[in-house]
Amino acid sequence: MSGVHATARIRACADGRGGTALPVLDGDGPLAVRRTRAAGDEARVMLVGAMSGPLGGDRFRVEAEVGGGARLHVGSAAATIALPGQLKDEAHYAVRLTVADGGELRWLPEPLISARGSELYVTTHADLAPGARLVLREEQVLGRAGEEPGRLTSRLVLRVGGKTVLDQELACGPGAPGGWDGPAVLGGHRAVGQLVVVRPEFAERPVAARIVGEHAALVPLAGPAALVTAVAPDGLRLRRVLDEALADLG
Amino acid sequence: MGRGALLVLADGRFPAGGHAHSGGAEEAVRAGRITGAADLEAFCRGRLHTAGLVAAALAAAAAAGADPAELDAAADARTPSPALRLAARKLGRQLMRAARATWPSPELDAVARAFPKGAHQPVVLGLTARAAGLGPSDAAYCAVYESVSGPATAVVRLLSLDPFEATAVLARLAPELDLVVDRAVAAGTAVPPALPAASAPLLELGAEIHAAWPVRLFAS
Repeated sequence: MSGVHATARIRACADGRGGTALPVLDGDGPLAVRRTRAAGDEARVMLVGAMSGPLGGDRFRVEAEVGGGARLHVGSAAATIALPGQLKDEAHYAVRLTVADGGELRWLPEPLISARGSELYVTTHADLAPGARLVLREEQVLGRAGEEPGRLTSRLVLRVGGKTVLDQELACGPGAPGGWDGPAVLGGHRAVGQLVVVRPEFAERPVAARIVGEHAALVPLAGPAALVTAVAPDGLRLRRVLDEALADLG
Repeated sequence: MGRGALLVLADGRFPAGGHAHSGGAEEAVRAGRITGAADLEAFCRGRLHTAGLVAAALAAAAAAGADPAELDAAADARTPSPALRLAARKLGRQLMRAARATWPSPELDAVARAFPKGAHQPVVLGLTARAAGLGPSDAAYCAVYESVSGPATAVVRLLSLDPFEATAVLARLAPELDLVVDRAVAAGTAVPPALPAASAPLLELGAEIHAAWPVRLFAS
């Protein structure tokens, strides 16, 4: 017996009339994708998890590809909740994003909630051409209200023009390497998030590092990108500080 | 080659400038996250399994002969805080100066020329170990030990913590140092290196907060 394997694919390209077409838009099993109302030249897509999950043993994969001149916004209908399954195996959720020169992707899903007893490995790889633009938000909430979290490992890799600009992994929850909830890593915070913004103009004019709110910082990466890292007591306050940082970037 | 060289390199009095850095402990003390030996232990354990593991894998890879420029770029990608990138390069440059005087080698000279502002300290540490005739495991041990001994020594000064208690914290962590070294050496000596990317959000945030202070005891 194995878990559910599901893949969703989105491909966006310029439609030649100043807008964005979606020649590929499909999902299977519990992963559905829906086109929603466009905003100007930007196509909008909503990820809809038709079932709860991922559960132990599941393998989910989402691929989005944005061509030159296309603008794509991807959101999700609700938070993703990692739950324990009948299988003891861990679940995997892989996100693969590629953006071509002149393309722009706004990847803004709802948070991932790690429920007690779950075990999930999330990997997000964003591969950008040198002239591509990206806004990517990742939020992790450790446990539902008042609940102990499951085990969650999350790796985020950003490459621009073939060069790795960011490679980070955060492991937390029972069974994670020691100290994950201590004063060097999360210090008792139950929500952690990152906002990655890639703009070609950052190569010449990087953002200045600054503190945002109480537990967040905006920093220039070693490449045409900026990163906001934030921790917060809960998902609501995390979203507030990430929104504030994004608005700050203009 | 032998333990003699390892002791010279691992000695806290090796003139490489590490004593001026607290490894994030100064900010954590000021913020109230470290108030005594128990917090110090949790802090060091978290640092060991994140920044310590990554540094040890980089050092092991450099000691095994991987391309220093590629390792330096990998270190940049794993260090989003510009304050920490700057500190790592300053420490790398100071270590390079000490290493070239101690164990002269054409490899060290070449990396010093390629990185006039300093390469990331763990990369230089691995190259230094190599120049001293030491291996990847020795380099990884130096890196993991530094990742916890720096904060422990700093907290003795910052909180007037009993030095015996701080040393007991390090002794309790010793079995975990061995485990992290094993992981780091396996990752760093794989071909190509399969470098870990373990991160610690509060260390990254704290480094930026600390860098903005007008007055501080430690450089990072």
